[in-house]
Amino acid sequence: MDTFGALAQGLMVALQPMNLVFAFFGVMLGTAVGVLPGIGPALTVALLLPITFKLDPAGSLIMFAGIYYGGMYGGSTASILLNTPGESSSIVTALEGNKMARAGRGGPALATAAIGSFVAGTIATIGLALIAPTVVDIAISFGPEDYFALMILAFTTVSAAFGSSVTRGLTSLFIGLSLGLVGIDLQSGQARVSFGVPDLLDGVEVTTLAVALFAIGETLSVAAAGSRAEEVIEPVRGSVFMNKEDWKRSWWPWIRGTFLGFPIGAMPAGGAEIPTFLSYALEKRLCKKPDEFGNGAIEGVAGPEAANNAAAAGVLVPLLTLGLPTSATAAIMLAGFQQYGMNPGPLLFATNPDLVWGLIASLFIANVMLLILNLPLVGMWVRLLAIPRPWLYGGILVFATLGTLGANPSLVELGMLLIFGLLGYVLRRYDYPIAPVVVGLILGPLAEQQLRRALAISVGDPVVLFQSPIALTLYALAALALFGPLLFYLITGRKAPVGGDED
Amino acid sequence: MSDPTPATSGSKPDKARFVIALALAVLAAVIGCEAWRLAAIPSYTAVGPAAFPTLIAIGLGLLAIANAVEAMKGVEEERPRDEVRPIVWVLAGLVGQIVLLPFAGFSIATGWLFAATAKGFGRGPVWAHFLAGAALCFVIYVIFAKGLQLSLPAGPLERLI
Repeated sequence: MDTFGALAQGLMVALQPMNLVFAFFGVMLGTAVGVLPGIGPALTVALLLPITFKLDPAGSLIMFAGIYYGGMYGGSTASILLNTPGESSSIVTALEGNKMARAGRGGPALATAAIGSFVAGTIATIGLALIAPTVVDIAISFGPEDYFALMILAFTTVSAAFGSSVTRGLTSLFIGLSLGLVGIDLQSGQARVSFGVPDLLDGVEVTTLAVALFAIGETLSVAAAGSRAEEVIEPVRGSVFMNKEDWKRSWWPWIRGTFLGFPIGAMPAGGAEIPTFLSYALEKRLCKKPDEFGNGAIEGVAGPEAANNAAAAGVLVPLLTLGLPTSATAAIMLAGFQQYGMNPGPLLFATNPDLVWGLIASLFIANVMLLILNLPLVGMWVRLLAIPRPWLYGGILVFATLGTLGANPSLVELGMLLIFGLLGYVLRRYDYPIAPVVVGLILGPLAEQQLRRALAISVGDPVVLFQSPIALTLYALAALALFGPLLFYLITGRKAPVGGDED
Repeated sequence: MSDPTPATSGSKPDKARFVIALALAVLAAVIGCEAWRLAAIPSYTAVGPAAFPTLIAIGLGLLAIANAVEAMKGVEEERPRDEVRPIVWVLAGLVGQIVLLPFAGFSIATGWLFAATAKGFGRGPVWAHFLAGAALCFVIYVIFAKGLQLSLPAGPLERLI
């Protein structure tokens, strides 16, 4: 297929006035929730899923992608001005960015984050458009055993990449896998782990779990923190424009960050955190004034922010081409596709080319919108941070329950929301990552399906799982992912990133 | 985050993680039982509905052991104390909403949720937030039920329109 022809076609879809409105709405909403503490892009998309059920699929997915990108921009604003990263991939941005803001250089910090995100987002989206068709070509030859291996890889990378230890990541993953068992087994018609409760026969809703873990769990843990979570907002003083030296110091970190972020995000290697930490370590090493690091070095904002956004685009490669979500937001977006009866994967490129390429093209548009909107509107975003927390979290819970009730007006569903909310609180409290639970719930049933398909073809002979070279390569990568944090420690000299509220 | 925690480890085991390990063991047992029950049902496919639950039960069992071992190593990082009162308020809001929803309808039930959450975050009085929350939720109800045709539970307030 001619990539540029397809992309041009996609651009026509994305430029339809209605889709432009959706993209605009998505980036505004995404930036707002990225700035606000406690709600990230994953939660926002999860809340919007039931509401957008009756809307046009292309428009809704374009909006979701806008929220995803907008959340990345907003997250950097929060970390620079507030020193509380809105999402875990901006933890590194907070290190130098907040120092710059305190030194009265908040403007240039925001500017280098925004422009760096634009540069990285644009290059990475081009990368996505160029790579996707190739991956699709390869993926078409995948057998069920290869898909199963791919999911094992996703499981290990997601558990190893998030959280403070592999044990914790795997624990979260297995909780998700257990929840994925609930309901009627599609192949044999047997009810599993549903204990005769009719509401459980359909299984656990992804949106209910995600909303509970992210919204209710987060609200509970912020409430429990009480007064110890006081925050200081740094006002933006001075010029928001970067001077000549800032440009000179930002340019290379942007490019390097992009080329770290995109491949790592595009591999089924889970999330945007690792490239931001790698980029920070790299810039620190390459910087001509290393003593500025720790006191507000602009390279330490430019590089990781670019890496963050490039990885965000990279994550869409496995999502769109293989149907493999490697971050919580991607997992919810997968649920969004499924809501319209579509399954991302190689076939989607053949059956719904307009939608896929429209979505990819809309990412360019979202990036341009974000660049134009972000800096002039920064004052407005900062004012969002001043919403009193009681009202903010009260509102979050109202919308969380509204979204759940809208999808399924049943009290059992609300009860599950409450129980999973408590689960989310416990996981947060004891440092267990959240994203693997959601990924486990979504990918668990798919992995089981592929496993049983592979074994049905081989009439029960498990050797088939380890015969294909593709599968073996994927298992090797999975093993690497499990021991990756150790390598990470050896290479960069610091502990692998500690996941917070990863999105 | 950056420096490794000093020699506190090894001193006292982490009780909370023991509880988590125990919960995982219970979950493993429940799913293991379920797998055992499913395995007894004759299946006509090469791999029946019991295979995957068995794998997960084994995995959960191993993780229970791994968590217990990590708990033995002691508390890695002192966790700040959590306050109980705010949590109770937020939970009371959620439980109250479930109780109120069937007969009082969406606006009143969710208004209570808003008020209780705000109280949990230290902002009262509850009645004023309840009135404001219920009014807000009524507007939401009208928008969603009329505009987006979502069916939300109706109560006395909602039947007025």
